[in-house]
Amino acid sequence: MGDQAHIEYTLHLADNALILGHRNSEWTGHGPILEQDIALSNIALDLIGQARYLYQYAARLMNGGRAREAGGPHDAGVTEGGKEVTETGGLVTEMRGVVTETGGFVTEDTLAYGRDAWDFRNCLLVELENGDWGRTILRQFLFSAWQYYFYARLRGSRDRELAAIAEKSVKEVTYHLRWSSEWVVRLGDGTEESHARMERAVDQLWKFTGELFVPAGYEMDLICSGIAVDLHAVRVPWEEKVREVFAEAGLGGGEGVREGGGSVRGGGDSVRGGAVAGRGGAGAVGGSGGAEVWMQTGGKEGRHTEHLGYLLAEMQFLQRAYPGCEW
Amino acid sequence: MYAQMVKTDAKRVKRPEEMSEQERAFQARIDRGEKIEPKDWMPEDYRRTLIRQIGQHAHSEIVGQLPEGNWITRAPSLQRKAILLAKVQDEAGHGLYLYSAAETLGISRDELIAMLHSGRMKYSSIFNYPTLTWADIGAVGWLVDGAAIMNQVPLCRASYGPYSRAMVRICKEESFHQRQGFEILLVLSKGSAAQRRMCQDAIDRWWWPSVMMFGPNDEASPHSAQSMQWKIKRFSNDDLRQRFIDVCAEQVKLLGMRLPDRELKWNEERQHYDHGPIDWSEFYNVINGNGPCNKERLAVRVQAHEEGAWVREAALAHVEKKRRRYA
Amino acid sequence: MHDQQWPLWEVFIRSKQGLDHKHAGSLHAADATMAIENARDVYTRRMEGVSIWVVESRYIHASNPDDASSLYDPANDKIYRHPTFYDLPDELKHM
Repeated sequence: MGDQAHIEYTLHLADNALILGHRNSEWTGHGPILEQDIALSNIALDLIGQARYLYQYAARLMNGGRAREAGGPHDAGVTEGGKEVTETGGLVTEMRGVVTETGGFVTEDTLAYGRDAWDFRNCLLVELENGDWGRTILRQFLFSAWQYYFYARLRGSRDRELAAIAEKSVKEVTYHLRWSSEWVVRLGDGTEESHARMERAVDQLWKFTGELFVPAGYEMDLICSGIAVDLHAVRVPWEEKVREVFAEAGLGGGEGVREGGGSVRGGGDSVRGGAVAGRGGAGAVGGSGGAEVWMQTGGKEGRHTEHLGYLLAEMQFLQRAYPGCEW
Repeated sequence: MYAQMVKTDAKRVKRPEEMSEQERAFQARIDRGEKIEPKDWMPEDYRRTLIRQIGQHAHSEIVGQLPEGNWITRAPSLQRKAILLAKVQDEAGHGLYLYSAAETLGISRDELIAMLHSGRMKYSSIFNYPTLTWADIGAVGWLVDGAAIMNQVPLCRASYGPYSRAMVRICKEESFHQRQGFEILLVLSKGSAAQRRMCQDAIDRWWWPSVMMFGPNDEASPHSAQSMQWKIKRFSNDDLRQRFIDVCAEQVKLLGMRLPDRELKWNEERQHYDHGPIDWSEFYNVINGNGPCNKERLAVRVQAHEEGAWVREAALAHVEKKRRRYA
Repeated sequence: MHDQQWPLWEVFIRSKQGLDHKHAGSLHAADATMAIENARDVYTRRMEGVSIWVVESRYIHASNPDDASSLYDPANDKIYRHPTFYDLPDELKHM
């Protein structure tokens, strides 16, 4: 157990929320109808709000915490591409490197604007480009369903701060899930065109859902200590929910959803470098007739898609171009 | 100001002897300060002028999302990001309230949007200018929202009920818009040399267009008189413009910046600020499509609408399907 | 392809401490569920614990502003919005 893992976990949750909030905010002024523009902006605001609470907490942990020493007991077993991570609290000291220029004090903004892509811990699903409204809706649904069951359990975390944040967030996420579910159904069971677009979206996004249930190295100990959520417990209700909504939407090859099963390999261990195979992820939902879907992973360890770099370049530009300024 | 170029049919205000009995009764109600509601009798010209004015006001809010929306993804801190997103979302909401008010007059939102897209209806000239730096977001908040507020508060007492109630709602929400803009500039004005230059540069570019927002001089606005008599315009263009200049000339001192007008000077006798000449050729050119961003702004709105068509159709198709299923 | 408009809904909100529902405005939605959610997003962004009613505008029947008036034809069936739908005259095209 260490500050490092705790911080990374908190950052993982914060990054999820910020990156998705950022992506959603790109729709402002471009939505298909005014009322929905407002609805999606509301969701973006909620997510950014969650991100801020989490970053502020992470910052407190970093400012109050001590830097871990090299060769500590928990470093063993954390591998990346077969190599041992030798930098101590690589993340923490790198951050301190960035931050000491501004006085050695970490803030929510240093975390959001001062880290490069390899230090971000969001899952890949949230950093993907928006695509059309259908893809955005599906991404929201898949993620909100995950957040819903996840936060429900995080409320029971032994970390009281995370539990409190979860409590606050559940209400919002309940609405996000409801709103996005309804849209998945509307579009899946709408016109031929909307149905085709949704099937395409499922094809494009499904391979990113597996990662939601693969614990990262830093999660393992935290799960044991009751701080982090056991993702196996989230997956079952998530699969159920997705099955239910996809069935109503007529998605997943039109036959509804086949019974699930199939674990995501590597679920119990630390993540190896590269992608982890998943058998259709949560059961055989979606995909092309239930063929095995190779799940994309790595985001939680800082190995992202090409999209995140561009996203951060845009998001962080001002802070990078004019370092050390107040805004 | 949203009635920029709104013409009423009347060449001049009718004298009581020239009015029909209905028109006299109508005018008497207005003179007594009564609200005209949707089912009340009203002169056709009153109705048409209002549709034009309210509709253009609504369009302005929607198009107005774009110049500021540009910077949501680049906002330099999480707090600024959230505030800007909330502000732009507010603007969408305001557009919605106004479309709603316009629709009580016997026109649909779709018709209004079609007229905006075809160029038959306009939006405020100010939104045809580009937001080039973060300081522009501050300038837009301070100057553009400032001008809008100056125009909107009196309209809370407009004679047409739905319009005045929409304005009351808008004014309540508007309070933070201008403050956040000014605050952005204040922070910049106390920042680095580059930030201070950014602040002055934004003011230099946004000042005159903001002054032009109030519309042509009174002599060049022959239709104002009828609108004033109908109480859908409460103060003349020049009156509002003078108030605006007086207020800003003082506020700019708090920033330690200057307004780009060498002839700006307090006139003790008039108890107002004298100011330099307005370049009306720029104003008319921008209104008529030759501003820096006219084509882009409209293109974005048209694209959003067209790309959203499949979404709107799908939602309707879904409702229809459900109806048939459970019929 | 003809782009049909989503129907118009009137929104009534009762605030947390309120005694009754007040007309807040209108919005477009494809169905009642969406209308309520839109109303929540648009008209209650800053309030919690409110009650929302939505009614399709065409189902609202309004009383006449002045029953004694003989200036126009009283008709209880007309919706409360302005009953006429005109094409805008060409003058409004020229700027």
